[in-house]
Amino acid sequence: MAATVIHAYYDDDDVLMHAVKKVKAEKHHIEEVYCPFPVHGLDKAMGLAPTRIAITSFMYGCLGLIVSIVMMKYIMIDDWPMDIGGKPSFSYIENMPAFVPIMFELTVFFAAHLMVITFYLRSRLWPFKKAENPDVRTTDAHFIMEVEVHNNESELKDLLLDTGAVELNIIKNGH
Amino acid sequence: MASHYEAQIRKPLVLGDKGYHDVSVDIAAPVEGRANRQWWIVFSIALAALLWGVGAIIYTISTGIGTWGLNKTVNWAWDITNFVWWVGIGHAGTLISAVLLLFRQKWRMAINRSAEAMTIFSVIQAGLFPIIHMGRPWLAYWVVPIPNQFGSLWVNFNSPLLWDVFAISTYLSVSLVFWWTGLLPDFGMIRDRAVKPFQKKIYGLVSFGWTGRAKDWQRFEEVSLVLAGLATPLVLSVHTIVSFDFATSVIPGWHTTIFPPYFVAGAIFSGFAMVQTLLIIMRKVSHLEDYITVQHIELMNIVIMITGSIVGCAYITELFIAWYSGVEYEQYAFLNRATGPYWWAYLLMMSCNVVSPQIMWFKKIRTSIVISFIISIVVNVGMWFERFVIIVTSLHRDYLPSSWTMFSPTFVDIGIFIGTVGFFFVLFLLYSRTFPVIAQAEVKSILKSSGARYKALRDAGKPLYTLSKNGIVRETIISDDEQASVSSEPDEKSLLGALGSFDSTTQEPDDLKKVKGIGPLMEKTLNKLGIFSFLQVSKMTQKEYDLLDSLTGAFPGRAQRDDWAGQARMFLNNDK
Repeated sequence: MAATVIHAYYDDDDVLMHAVKKVKAEKHHIEEVYCPFPVHGLDKAMGLAPTRIAITSFMYGCLGLIVSIVMMKYIMIDDWPMDIGGKPSFSYIENMPAFVPIMFELTVFFAAHLMVITFYLRSRLWPFKKAENPDVRTTDAHFIMEVEVHNNESELKDLLLDTGAVELNIIKNGH
Repeated sequence: MASHYEAQIRKPLVLGDKGYHDVSVDIAAPVEGRANRQWWIVFSIALAALLWGVGAIIYTISTGIGTWGLNKTVNWAWDITNFVWWVGIGHAGTLISAVLLLFRQKWRMAINRSAEAMTIFSVIQAGLFPIIHMGRPWLAYWVVPIPNQFGSLWVNFNSPLLWDVFAISTYLSVSLVFWWTGLLPDFGMIRDRAVKPFQKKIYGLVSFGWTGRAKDWQRFEEVSLVLAGLATPLVLSVHTIVSFDFATSVIPGWHTTIFPPYFVAGAIFSGFAMVQTLLIIMRKVSHLEDYITVQHIELMNIVIMITGSIVGCAYITELFIAWYSGVEYEQYAFLNRATGPYWWAYLLMMSCNVVSPQIMWFKKIRTSIVISFIISIVVNVGMWFERFVIIVTSLHRDYLPSSWTMFSPTFVDIGIFIGTVGFFFVLFLLYSRTFPVIAQAEVKSILKSSGARYKALRDAGKPLYTLSKNGIVRETIISDDEQASVSSEPDEKSLLGALGSFDSTTQEPDDLKKVKGIGPLMEKTLNKLGIFSFLQVSKMTQKEYDLLDSLTGAFPGRAQRDDWAGQARMFLNNDK
């Protein structure tokens, strides 16, 4: 961390939203916002790109469907066709209706688990990972907006105090 | 968060004058506090039941399935009844968290966490029965299609029993992941409140390092929504497939196309009843009446009433179709259910499942906690007997009158069932002491639209927030080794100088919250200043109080009024 950053603390989601909009309007870049709960519309106000995680889920679901089809075709039709109750497994299409439940289950299985794994990896969540929120209060009732200072410390300070920040923490990199 | 508007007629979902921090305190309280005597008593009973069940399971496995009451006519009875009963109970959790999420029902937020926990715990119980019934449970992995040493010996994908394996394992694992993902921010909250290093470590581990960045929340919400979308058809598919175990057979009374929807409705019905049973107790024990309100109980009662009525319709439809089909075997099966030797079980099922929920039409009754609790138990009993009636009455009069017989369970059958009930409660009781039992992050997000405090402010025409105009400014210098050091405050040192410092390696911190006037927040502030023990607090005088007030800026004069030093001295003496 080379530059000085300001952590502006807020104790209300509405105040935070107004502050984010105001800071954005003043053409400052918001590095990060830490919230104790999801604030709707915050991502848009901050200018975050929409998440593509739902698209990955769809692709994982397609993968699960293909896996289930290939697996059951190989096991039930190609490798060892069984004659059950005089209804032998001669062709895939004739047997397919019996495979629908497992096709569905594996689609859901792949879509759900791989999406969650993707989410954990992208958001860097796993056991023994250290939390990176700068203040323990951000999981309770405080919101922190992180703004980087570029030779405009006092101007930023005034702006952030004006937006209703309850606390400013100016973090300097002392050598 | 464009607006927190909610229609005036909506009653508040969070009662009391609660802000965001109050929610954290209330949800963390059962985890941070100590278990009381009732908890230990109930836990011991549940543990004893579990051990009894373990004994019965060991006896079954070491001796054989012959220890059960099954015979060659009724070759499926108590075990599969319990299996279906537990799976059914496991349906409410995902229904509440997934379906109600898709329908944007805010009241789900107070109950979804516990309902999902209940789902997972009851599906674990359900899964035990088929595994025990295998006789050689160590070969349970044979149900999975894995290449094996027997050549091309694969599982049969045409069999509903194998569909069940896939459906239930998918359901269990997806529910678990859904539950745990929702838990991350709440574990993070408890981690950040934890004072003792052990708790900090454990909750840090299970919260997966949740940080709560804006992007994390954006993904979190998307993942929750997609998981809800996936879990909704999944929950319907699971009991549909369970019903296929029966419906794809040619046994009269089982071979009916109404089974899938009828089983799903019954599962939701029994699941909600179990949620009701558990939450009515939990809200009382964990003091969560402000979050799980009478309105929540009423809404759950309405779901119970509606699903109970659907189940009732299904019972009557079955009877009608049996008559209308003209198939005499089918007709006999249903006549035998109602008037045969198991008439009492049929009557119990009808009265518990169809008649009893109908009293919920009266608002007085569905808002009564005592009656809700009783009905929830009655429904659970009724749903157990529904499965028993379906399974046993269809089997005990088979196609060959010479093999007609009755089923009577042995003590082993009953023991295993009691064991699973014990196991379920052991898990739930441990959960209720170690997990955030309410999805606090979600509750906070609806607090402004549905909390009593903010509703009152809105009704009074007052703003929901105020802009702070005197923010504090402080500076932190990060040295090269990235160690944060707050710029030195001389006051803090002089305070500790007078009170004596606390060495966390040799001394144990006291629960300062015992002192009247010190809440969890103040305790944290004190801890931050280096005050951990009653000994330190007891040394406080007017000078230290003033120093403390100037440092914290909270509640000036509070410490004098409550005489913290005097109280601390009292606790010190008590400890001796």
